[in-house]
Amino acid sequence: MTKTDPFVKNPVEVQKKLIESIAAYPKPARIMHICGTHERTIAKYGIRSLLPDRIEVLSGPGCPVCVTPDDDIDAAILLAKKGLTVVTFGDMLRVPGTEESLFDARAEGADVRMVYSIDDAVKLAEENPEKEIVFFSIGFETTIPTTAAAVRRGLPSNFSIYTSLKLTPPAINLLVQDINVDAFIAPGHVAVITGTVPYEEFAEKGYPIAVAGFESYDILLGIKMLLDQMEAGTSNVENAYMRAVKTEGNPIAIKMMNDVFDIVDVEWRGLGIIPESGYRLKEKYQENDAAVKFKKIYEDDLNKLREIRSKKKKNCICATILTGKATPADCPMFDKACKPTNPIGPCMVSDEGMCHSWYKYCRD
Amino acid sequence: MCIAIPGKISKIIDENKAEVDFGGVYREVNLDLLGGSSEINVGDHVLVHVGYAISIITEEEARLTAEAFDELLAANEAMDQEAGI
Repeated sequence: MTKTDPFVKNPVEVQKKLIESIAAYPKPARIMHICGTHERTIAKYGIRSLLPDRIEVLSGPGCPVCVTPDDDIDAAILLAKKGLTVVTFGDMLRVPGTEESLFDARAEGADVRMVYSIDDAVKLAEENPEKEIVFFSIGFETTIPTTAAAVRRGLPSNFSIYTSLKLTPPAINLLVQDINVDAFIAPGHVAVITGTVPYEEFAEKGYPIAVAGFESYDILLGIKMLLDQMEAGTSNVENAYMRAVKTEGNPIAIKMMNDVFDIVDVEWRGLGIIPESGYRLKEKYQENDAAVKFKKIYEDDLNKLREIRSKKKKNCICATILTGKATPADCPMFDKACKPTNPIGPCMVSDEGMCHSWYKYCRD
Repeated sequence: MCIAIPGKISKIIDENKAEVDFGGVYREVNLDLLGGSSEINVGDHVLVHVGYAISIITEEEARLTAEAFDELLAANEAMDQEAGI
């Protein structure tokens, strides 16, 4: 067990009881989570092995690095190779694009840097007025408000943002049409921002929902809540992470996102283009939108890469893993050609990718 | 990526920044998403994600979680007793 919440007493006893209670559920159940941090906890503590085989826990498209499509990665690499300074979160550096990663581009001399926060990237722009800084902004609702806050404060003229931002409910909407799932564990830190309201539509469609935190007992409590609902034949949104998630979410963050971004159709790796599932900067912020400001610089080269990509056969099954239709164990390259030191696909790169978590915690 | 770490506000730096104590490691954190430092007190527990505090963890809500677990233990014990275990 990790360092526990100071407010939860007897976590070991709690977990024991939760596992007993879950094991008493007599019927098969397919429960999907949609959060890379949930997968990490589940893999790390062997939660699947503690449950009866009839209760399956599937991993959905919950890792923002993993769902970032080749096109956005290629665009960021091209911006760096054209002489701009590309700044992003650490995990993005090693994700392979069509021909190389941002890390490879850096090894060839491109200026690629990683930061902990968008504020560090803004500071870099302020300290280097002669450089053009592009922040490659990826993430779900948890991360998006930090970009919105930076935009709202006003950005330096040499700072722009390439957005690859994703909203989780439209992806769930697509998944429920495509795969056989009984209930969902909703992502706790996304819900800290959005609240539990966006999940009501899935409960209305008949899917029990439990918003869960990230300790092993939080996830077990979420699973128990879902099974209780299934047993009772109900479908509601329940909150197993009350200490952080409020029904209404974080209204300040929601307002900032609405002020700064328009909702647009975006591409997800493994899921294709999903209507109204992403954000791009509103027109009034276009001077800080790298996809507008620098489009002419990279457009032709990106088209060439798209052509190469369309002819290239990839053996990586990351896209199938992201939709819960396969696990890393189904991939012939897992732990062979594909390892965290030499990742073939993004699911092996990110600390939250299912392949990475399984490599770390679930190998025999 | 969506990982958020709980910490305790140790010092208010200016109108939108505070220093947060993550179990002995201190870092500067942006408070814009909580409405700035006027909404925060030293000693508050916050959840921090990529340099921004995104939520205040109140004692009341934390207590509710703890109570949910306590209720669960009590309910299980009652069931065990009924079953004669």
